[in-house]
Amino acid sequence: MTALVLRALLSHWWRRPVQLVMVLGGLMLATALWSGVQALNAEARASYAASSAALGQGSLDLLSHPDGTPVTQADFIALRRAGYPVSPVIEGTLPGRDGPVRLLGLDPLTSPPRPELAGLADGQIDLATFLTAPGLLLAAPETAALLPPALPPIRTLATLPADVIVTDVTTAARLLDRTGFDHLVLDRPLPLGLPPIGTVTDLHLTREAPSGDIAALTNSFHLNLTAFGLLSFAVGLFIVQSAIGLAFEQRRGTVRSLRAMGVSLRRVMIAIVMELSLFAVLAGAAGLALGYLLARALMPGVSGTLRALYGAQIDAAIGFDPLWAATGLAMTLAGALLAAAAALWRVGRMPLLAAGSASWARQASIGLRWQTLAALALFALASVLAVVGDSLVAGFACIAALLIGAALMLPPLVSALLWLASRAVPPGIPQWVLADTRQQVPGLSLALMALLLALSANVGVSTMVGSFRTTFIGWLDQRLAADLYLTARTADEARDIRAHLQTVTDVTTVIPIWSVPAMLDGQPGSAYGIIDDPLYRDHWPLLAARPDVWDALHRGEGVLVNEQLFRRSGLSLDDPVQVVDGWEAPVLGVYSDYGNTRPQVMADAAALAARIDPPPILRFALRVAPGTQAEVKSNIQTLFSLPETNIVDQARVKEFSLSVFERTFLVTGALNVLTLAVAGFALFMSLLTLSDLRLPQVAPVWAQGMPVRLLARLDITRSVALALVTFVVSIPVGLALAWVLLAVVNVQAFGWRLPMSVFPADWARLAGWAVLATVLASLWPALRLSSSGPVLLLRVFAAHG
Amino acid sequence: MDRRLFLSALLGAPLPALAQGFAGLGTDAEGFAVPVRGTPLTFPADHAAHPDYRIEWWYLTATLTGEDGRDYGLQWTLFRSALAPGRQQLWLGHAALTTPDAHYSAERRARGGIGQADVLPPLDAFIDDWHMTSTATSGDPMSALSLAARAPDFRYALSLTATGPLVLHGDDGYSVKSEDGQASYYYSQPFLTAEGEIETAEGRVVVRGEAWIDREWSSQPLSPDQTGWDWFSLSFDTGERLMAFGLRDRDGSRFTSGTWISADGTPAPLAPNRIRLTPLGTARVAGRTLPVRWRLTLPERGLDVTTEPLRDDSWMQTSIPYWEGPLRFSGSHEGRGYLEMTGYE
Repeated sequence: MTALVLRALLSHWWRRPVQLVMVLGGLMLATALWSGVQALNAEARASYAASSAALGQGSLDLLSHPDGTPVTQADFIALRRAGYPVSPVIEGTLPGRDGPVRLLGLDPLTSPPRPELAGLADGQIDLATFLTAPGLLLAAPETAALLPPALPPIRTLATLPADVIVTDVTTAARLLDRTGFDHLVLDRPLPLGLPPIGTVTDLHLTREAPSGDIAALTNSFHLNLTAFGLLSFAVGLFIVQSAIGLAFEQRRGTVRSLRAMGVSLRRVMIAIVMELSLFAVLAGAAGLALGYLLARALMPGVSGTLRALYGAQIDAAIGFDPLWAATGLAMTLAGALLAAAAALWRVGRMPLLAAGSASWARQASIGLRWQTLAALALFALASVLAVVGDSLVAGFACIAALLIGAALMLPPLVSALLWLASRAVPPGIPQWVLADTRQQVPGLSLALMALLLALSANVGVSTMVGSFRTTFIGWLDQRLAADLYLTARTADEARDIRAHLQTVTDVTTVIPIWSVPAMLDGQPGSAYGIIDDPLYRDHWPLLAARPDVWDALHRGEGVLVNEQLFRRSGLSLDDPVQVVDGWEAPVLGVYSDYGNTRPQVMADAAALAARIDPPPILRFALRVAPGTQAEVKSNIQTLFSLPETNIVDQARVKEFSLSVFERTFLVTGALNVLTLAVAGFALFMSLLTLSDLRLPQVAPVWAQGMPVRLLARLDITRSVALALVTFVVSIPVGLALAWVLLAVVNVQAFGWRLPMSVFPADWARLAGWAVLATVLASLWPALRLSSSGPVLLLRVFAAHG
Repeated sequence: MDRRLFLSALLGAPLPALAQGFAGLGTDAEGFAVPVRGTPLTFPADHAAHPDYRIEWWYLTATLTGEDGRDYGLQWTLFRSALAPGRQQLWLGHAALTTPDAHYSAERRARGGIGQADVLPPLDAFIDDWHMTSTATSGDPMSALSLAARAPDFRYALSLTATGPLVLHGDDGYSVKSEDGQASYYYSQPFLTAEGEIETAEGRVVVRGEAWIDREWSSQPLSPDQTGWDWFSLSFDTGERLMAFGLRDRDGSRFTSGTWISADGTPAPLAPNRIRLTPLGTARVAGRTLPVRWRLTLPERGLDVTTEPLRDDSWMQTSIPYWEGPLRFSGSHEGRGYLEMTGYE
């Protein structure tokens, strides 16, 4: 019996294939975008987890001679034979076409797992070839292209970081003409019952500095992907809801007949739910396949970005995870039921013998006032959440309230605008066009709402990403304002290097960098002593500061604190902080310090040194004459045999980071276009449906002598105008969305706030896309209208007659 | 005899050689020395490494009883593989400890020629601090040994004493591996008593028991049709020993052979397919289904026993994983032994 009911209900779709396409297509697109983004996020996160587990997140212990003399093979063997799991490392540079390229020599047999050796671990690279002469160099394709020909064979590996060549220690020693290693890395955990390391070796154990809390930055990246996925899903559901709503209205007759034939309401409802579930499963499966393809297409960009930006080793392949598929299908099912909830409710309450149906489109217009009230209530809720919310959930609830409120507000707003306009235009065709448009608004409202969501998401997310980019560049400038950063290994070496630098005319400024550990508001952190230099005055991005901050700082009247300390301790400017024992100084300014989780203060070097026993100065920032960076760097490196990691060239790092960011934008851009495409699809479907419904309105105008071609052109113009209105509304909504993401969600999630920047040029591009999508969406319905013959239009009068 | 050959894939080929199947190596000797029938094995020289051959191993398993009365088992293995004739040697160590509560395994890797791993005459086999070193002052160096290995979650140290002679498999140590004539040199020391100490997070236990060493070297790998094998070393309460193995073919058939070793050490090679190995029960281990319980029948010796592992999950979580663990058997004969199973996907 249920099967029969189901068949009766399903027969509707054979007569309305466009609606079927709409329901299935909407569900499929919603699932595809959502699940695709989820797959990207999951894959990247799994890779972080794997690599951080494998790498111990920069907590590797290093063994080396404090005076910088090489570690010998005998040192290495002595430790191995005593049971210590150590592995040798050689670092150096090879001459490349555009300057030196970093060479990293490792022993794949004893090395702790590390991303540079992934190609050997997964069997892409033949171990024997790697280990035996002439050896093998592994490099990312862009790095390999920089190498001169007279080297051992090169294998390109897209998974390698772009700034390094990896090879066996023996090959590295031969190429660099070394007899020993730079250091040994000590794998953990250690075997049971080892003798104390001091009885085995006189090498010094140091812990490699943690690479900073990059997780916060990557989380930000994932957050915007997730926001995209969720919004795409919502947009897809709008399509489904409008299609299902329409279909239910048109099937009232069927339902009524079924009920009149004695089929219980429960059975009808069950059949409808079964039908929806069937659609959800079919469309969900197709959507999953599409989402998988989408993720696969985007993953290389995402993994490239994350790898290069954060050194996070991400597999460029997407694995198929059954849990991911199940979650995706469950989302589709839940989404389909949600989209159909209103329609189901109406069927449930439908009186058995109700009169003929009111038009679905017209009925929707009854709710305009309620919609406005609901929207205002949601805006109020969003404002309250934005101000008082103090959790991630509140942040997301705020976004939801904002977006739903904006979507609900759109149709009343458009109606009001049209009403105002209709009072301003002369009677005749312009009046008719506006009146006709107003009548169409209810039917188009869902599609316009979907478009609004898509456009707002575009504005919001691109503002967030752009702000993130601007912030990150600012942060790089802050960190890398000098040309070269140099770290000596010992105080003696530092003195020698400093003496040498004074003789190098190309080095214009040498800025010492030093810090001491400090307990800041009960947390371990650092206090930096800085000298008065344009490096700080001109570059240090302060979030808030007293007007004369730098002068006051160097008069020793106070300190700068990083944002982490500032926010965590709830400080305000001029509040006192305990810097070191016996010195409490007021906060003169706050600087952003992304990538750091620990509290930090900066004080005038002399002022700080007067209160503590200053440490030997090992780090220096150098400014050099333009164009001499590479030369100065390689001279210092050669003269003092400094390892590659001890002298960092900022120009290349910065350039590289920027190219990475452009790649980030590629991914975001692709998602932008996809969301917009979904909204365009929704618009197309609505216009197509309406083009049938509104023949009765068009026919009289045609009968009065207006050519159908003109009517069609007017239709397209009207659609574009509506899209532009939607676009204009989307800008404040999108900016509000970006603000919530940056100032509420980000702060809750990561503890720091990204300053918001606005990118009007992006909006112009977006407006172009919106118009293009609208023209494409309205083209076919308009063509259909312009090619409708007189018979079709005359039939309207026959029907009404 | 053909057991463990797959492990050589670890050394000569990229680590995930598993993906190509256990028989993923070439089938010719490619310039390495090959075993020749009638070449007498000489001791102690043959205890040390034979770098002209492609692959070689020193393989010890021990079935032990703790002073707490519980069963334990341990494995200590050193593999050698030459990347090319006369060129770089690679070494691989595997160590495992099986207690009634858990199975622990560990791996070490090293390149040859730098003193990190080697087997020096008369018999000093080591990789890092893991070692199997002769402590004999006279006679066969393998008659007295010290053995140790450690990892973050377990360690052990044993001293071993031989109570019987070395046993040569096949034709006086020339062990034919296939109908195509591939062969290895293969001998064992199955008569070792062991005592020492094991340690895990649960604490230390003094242990005693028996151990069995296998020595094998060759240059020719398996036939391409062989997908894996099941290998047994059994020590009977009567003092006799049995080495038996079954090679599984791609078509599902099984080729079995082995050596019956009398209590005085006299070997009697088994004719092909005389011993029947029948899987009795399986367990899910590391995502695979493995036959961890077996029935072994050899009518000519009146043998009909079933085996029971100490732990179903005696899984070697190494570069290429496999199953290897201690067992007890009962039926027509009683005793303890070791089982190795490879090639189960």
